Amino acid sequence: MTISRRALLAAAASLPVAVAGHGLAATALAQQFATGYHPRAESIADGIWMVRGADEAIAMTNGGAIANSAFIATDEGTILFDPGPSREYALALTALAEEVTGKPVTRVYVSHLHPDHALGAAGFAPELLHALPETRRELVDEGEGFADGMYRILADWMKGTALVLPNGDVKPGDVTYGGRKLRLLALQGHSGGDLALLDHATGTLIAGDLVFNNRAPATPHADIAAWQKSLTELAAVPHNILLPGHGPLDTGGLNTGGLDTGGLDTGGQDAIAQTADWLGWLDGALHDAVAQGLDMAEAGNIAIPGRFAGVKLARYELQRSVSHFYPALEAELLPRL
Amino acid sequence: MKKSMICCLASVLVWSGAAWAGEYPADPLDSPMWDYRANEILGDAEVVFDDAVQVIVPQLAENQHVFPVTVDASALPDVKRIVIFADLNPIPVAIDYRPINARAFVATRIKLDQRTPVRAAVQTGDGRWHVSGVWVDAAGGGCSAPPVSRVKGDWAQHLGEMRGAAWPDHDDTRIRVSFRHPMDTGLVENISAYNIDTLSVTAADGTKLAEMSVFGAVAEDPVFTMIVKDAGEAPIAVSARDTAGLEFDGSVSRRAGVDLLAQAR
Repeated sequence: MTISRRALLAAAASLPVAVAGHGLAATALAQQFATGYHPRAESIADGIWMVRGADEAIAMTNGGAIANSAFIATDEGTILFDPGPSREYALALTALAEEVTGKPVTRVYVSHLHPDHALGAAGFAPELLHALPETRRELVDEGEGFADGMYRILADWMKGTALVLPNGDVKPGDVTYGGRKLRLLALQGHSGGDLALLDHATGTLIAGDLVFNNRAPATPHADIAAWQKSLTELAAVPHNILLPGHGPLDTGGLNTGGLDTGGLDTGGQDAIAQTADWLGWLDGALHDAVAQGLDMAEAGNIAIPGRFAGVKLARYELQRSVSHFYPALEAELLPRL
Repeated sequence: MKKSMICCLASVLVWSGAAWAGEYPADPLDSPMWDYRANEILGDAEVVFDDAVQVIVPQLAENQHVFPVTVDASALPDVKRIVIFADLNPIPVAIDYRPINARAFVATRIKLDQRTPVRAAVQTGDGRWHVSGVWVDAAGGGCSAPPVSRVKGDWAQHLGEMRGAAWPDHDDTRIRVSFRHPMDTGLVENISAYNIDTLSVTAADGTKLAEMSVFGAVAEDPVFTMIVKDAGEAPIAVSARDTAGLEFDGSVSRRAGVDLLAQAR
């Protein structure tokens, strides 16, 4: 099944005229073919760069490069946090990392299973790839399906991308790599295993998809209660700035936890609070929609509070979340007849 | 591919009544299957494309096995039938709804086997079909992957379990009812077609409120939302039958909906 669908896409890609015969959108697809990735690195702290993904849905126009990645320079080589959606993107990141840090990528962390973060593992030798044990387990179950889905949407952008599993060997706690002290946080809620990373020297918290900033959270594997708990834990981690999985760097907001933070609690709380706010609203709003007798399509069209006006893809992610949660909520709330 | 062709043949046999007059209005969606489906489903009655028929769907098919479709044609007078269909599905028609004493409104969830137009055809008392729809992009296999309950193996334990409630909706009553049912399409290896095929809604005094023919293109564990012209507090009976002849009966009341509303924030 897997092979035949990709083979079909490959055949379609080589015959743009035949594809175009089936309608306007197909014509557009044929015209927007991959032109190559051009990621850019931006310095956010001493020895740390972010590579911003587009604040968009996965689409032909962005090659699936919608998630943020990070480079951390160390004496032993560059650590890459999240290799992105495809082999080609991972190769572009590799070249970029070496250009800005002067050292090749020698370690790659995969924050969680989702394809916009994980499938770029195909660009690296397996021994460089590390993730939480749960992330590896989830990729064993779902990785091939993700690859199918990404090939369907992205076709040529995905060329050469096969599922490469990271080692499931990340344990929570402090590690020192190439002279750099890092804390690895093993959390969950956005998915079954969500890795976050704190760089002690700079107070940079790299949060993966536990935190979204002015871009609506995606919930295909979410457990909202567990996610909220993880956000509470992240908020309590002393840090200065926070790189979310999607959306801009967060430098705003104070850590008000009253913790002994060693002077590191100057910012990076706003996006955590916004993510928690969205998830709390979403959970309540979907319960209310079932209680009011709305069907799924109607629930996807409910009003989104004005405080989320600056949040990109809010309607899109609400409608995805309706698909993820609504049938189970109906089974829970509607009485048996 | 082979499965689709077999299914196309089957659908021709089911919908073989009408002779094609050969003239349908040009399809605003430019679907490769428009003329074929129009002939098959709408026959030789007059057909117009009409924005008065609202087809309300999400902007993406997050799950091709469960794609929500709401149709509101209450702007049209004297609506007799609402047919929801997807041109490029191997089983094109999902439901054929007859709102006898009900508003021209219905919602359910369908399977999508590939990128396809999803449409509602609404027939008014003068025989004319009013058609509207949208292209929906979808990953393949919505009709040819086994239902979740088949994979889990618990479908038989829960078969026919019904949930639902009724809510006051302006002067009418909105009813929602769900069934545990695999809604097998017959397109999955070694699992024959097995689906709910009729649904009826009856008032406490015996008045028939609505009837529906249901096809295998409706999603597993189907859910139906209708708005019936019965503002009373008495329970409204909902009964369904599947292709094995099993009957599922239940009734919904406004009390349950009001209780649920009280729990909302």
